[in-house]
Amino acid sequence: MQAASREGSVSARPSPLATALKDAVASGIITWFLLLPLVGFRATESGSGPLGLTYRFGLVTIFALVVLGLRLTLHLTIWRPGRVKRAAGTPSVLSTVGERLAPFAKPAFFGIAIAYPALAILASGGLSESRYWVDLGVYIGSYVMLGWGLNIVVGLAGLLDLGYVAFYAVGAYAFALLSTSVPLNAFFDAHVGEGFWAAWSFWVCLPVCGILAAFWGVILGFPVLRLRGDYLAIVTLAFGEIIRLVLTNWTDLTNGGAGIASIPPISFFGMPFSAADNGFAATFGLTFDPMHRIIFLYFVILGLSALTALVTLRLRRMPVGRAWEALREDEIACRSLGINTTLTKLTAFATGAMFGGFAGAFFAVRVRFVSPESFTFVDSAMILAIVVLGGMGSQIGVAAAAVFMIGGMEMLRNLTFLKSDWLLGPDFDPTLYRMLIFGFAMVAVMVWRPRGLVSSRMATIFLKQRKKVSGDLVKEGHG
Amino acid sequence: MRHWEADPILMVDRLTMQFGGLIAVNDVSFSVGRGDVTALIGPNGAGKTTAFNCITGFYKPTLGRLALSHGVPATDDELEALTSNGKAAAVTKGGSLFLLERLPDHKVSSAAKVARTFQNIRLFSGMTVLENLMVAQHTRLTRSGLLSPSALINLPSWQRQEKEGMAKALHWLELVDLVDRADDPAGDLPYGDQRRLEIARAMCSDPVLLCLDEPAAGLNPRESAALNSLLLSIRADHGTSVLLIEHDMSVVMEISDHVIVLEYGSKIADGTPKEVRADPAVIAAYLGVDEEAVADVEAEVGL
Repeated sequence: MQAASREGSVSARPSPLATALKDAVASGIITWFLLLPLVGFRATESGSGPLGLTYRFGLVTIFALVVLGLRLTLHLTIWRPGRVKRAAGTPSVLSTVGERLAPFAKPAFFGIAIAYPALAILASGGLSESRYWVDLGVYIGSYVMLGWGLNIVVGLAGLLDLGYVAFYAVGAYAFALLSTSVPLNAFFDAHVGEGFWAAWSFWVCLPVCGILAAFWGVILGFPVLRLRGDYLAIVTLAFGEIIRLVLTNWTDLTNGGAGIASIPPISFFGMPFSAADNGFAATFGLTFDPMHRIIFLYFVILGLSALTALVTLRLRRMPVGRAWEALREDEIACRSLGINTTLTKLTAFATGAMFGGFAGAFFAVRVRFVSPESFTFVDSAMILAIVVLGGMGSQIGVAAAAVFMIGGMEMLRNLTFLKSDWLLGPDFDPTLYRMLIFGFAMVAVMVWRPRGLVSSRMATIFLKQRKKVSGDLVKEGHG
Repeated sequence: MRHWEADPILMVDRLTMQFGGLIAVNDVSFSVGRGDVTALIGPNGAGKTTAFNCITGFYKPTLGRLALSHGVPATDDELEALTSNGKAAAVTKGGSLFLLERLPDHKVSSAAKVARTFQNIRLFSGMTVLENLMVAQHTRLTRSGLLSPSALINLPSWQRQEKEGMAKALHWLELVDLVDRADDPAGDLPYGDQRRLEIARAMCSDPVLLCLDEPAAGLNPRESAALNSLLLSIRADHGTSVLLIEHDMSVVMEISDHVIVLEYGSKIADGTPKEVRADPAVIAAYLGVDEEAVADVEAEVGL
């Protein structure tokens, strides 16, 4: 008897879709009327005259539709009757999708990275029209490289470095000072050939900048690496600021806040990107176009990033790389196994700093102007955010995070459709809100993937099968 | 003369460790015999782990000398010479001599070849079992430098070195019966396996003296028995001397050649397991005594 009545009630209940639809439509209508006086009418000043009333029914409708859509989605997913909650420990939908896509991620990433300028030119319909996109690619590329450099220090060795931009600045200023140096120019003109320094300075200075940055990494590392965790972070933060303040105030050497301008542009291994007869275009029988230089810059940063990635990959498989990761896992156990922790931390710091220095030299030759304003704490924080968001230690994750963060921030500039009269009006400036939107996006990613986009770690050596180590077991390191 | 006095690998002389007003280890002297299994026992808080941390370089003792000799034990003259010249290591006629209290902690393992395990297991849990054993061979694999070019560009000479390292790791994986788990993260292993892996990791650093801090803690009787045979095989096949702290008397009495008992930071007994078991001071320290026997025991221990 009882069972029969229960069955009856079940059959009488309307289908979940209908309930969801009814609720969603009702909420949408309520929202529309609720927002009508709040958003729909707007008093605007028309010149000197009285206040005029403008109507924004379109915006109200859009808000109502957003509410309708969201409630419908919630009803069909999270609020669905009889939904079984996922047990802790079973992989989430996001991570299963990630696992499926993982084998294709790397080839796809490399393919797109190499073909990017060609794709940009095809998509925008011309060499000069593609300038914005190739420039963006170069910009993202430098952050990928910086992320990979910092990844060695933070992701592998587990040392929290909040002043990474200091090494970027060392590299940039080293190149700026050397390439604009008059005595050096005169020396090479006299001994090697006229115009040698202007054409070759980048290629000669690149290793020098890396070595100088590594040297400063050691100088900083030596006294501070006995500190751990928060204390190390504070000292590296201070170091970043000190470098910036020295650059601002040592006007004799660095020209202070005015910066160093007229840095010689990059050359195609000695061939200038100019309309001259010995220029790149003339030599290869092309018509001169300023875009050649930008596309070349793109491939230079691609090559430098690839170098960073390959060296890191190799170092991870060497005893020193394993010692870095062991240091992140347990410093005391490392000491009991005879690992010199100070020296090991110093190598991590210096290696990371060296790649920062390379990136800095590239920055100087790309922008052809350096000033202390380019090396603020915000840049350090941005690079660190890329590493943390990407998943500490994972190269592909860091690259994806750099594309997402730098590219995403840039794309937020382009939300011009919000300016239409139907939406927020021409006075609305989407670029003002990009930091806010960006912050929300970061929070969302961190809620769903607290260990970053790629949270697992690949073993560096294996007996039978290379396995992934889940992020839950991998430690973050405490300085 | 007893074996551990005739052929000591480690001589602890008047070791004292003071933390502010607390004297954790007070004037303790003992020797660890070459090729022996030596147990350091005592009630909780007796200063066993502190003594251990001094020997393995994690603490710098307040006072005392820790002399470790490779090869033939150093003569008294050689020991005196090294003690007075202020250096940490010396080459002696029959081998080499190290004063552990003067070495930085990583040198205690890399130069003096003293390896240790921890009371609360300290594995690299996010690395695989095999990686743990490769990290342990750091000293040997970085002989040609931390950033040696041959390793950086993967030359055959490096590949050969790495292969040797793999072979050594595999050898120890077989001994502790973890070959099937070689590619699993160390943090995923069950507790008993983690204990064995930690011993294998310590052994991969080629020690002459292996210090184990409560290796049988948390093991069931069968795992304990397996541990006993592992420790005996380490001594027999690898010639490594073993110094262990242990509360599990089945392990201590069964495998050790020499037992040292600490209580309140001082040594109260030192001898073979049989002697120590019969020692009234030890019985008093562990079990307490009947009320009427207190005076006798106090007289005997000299209170």
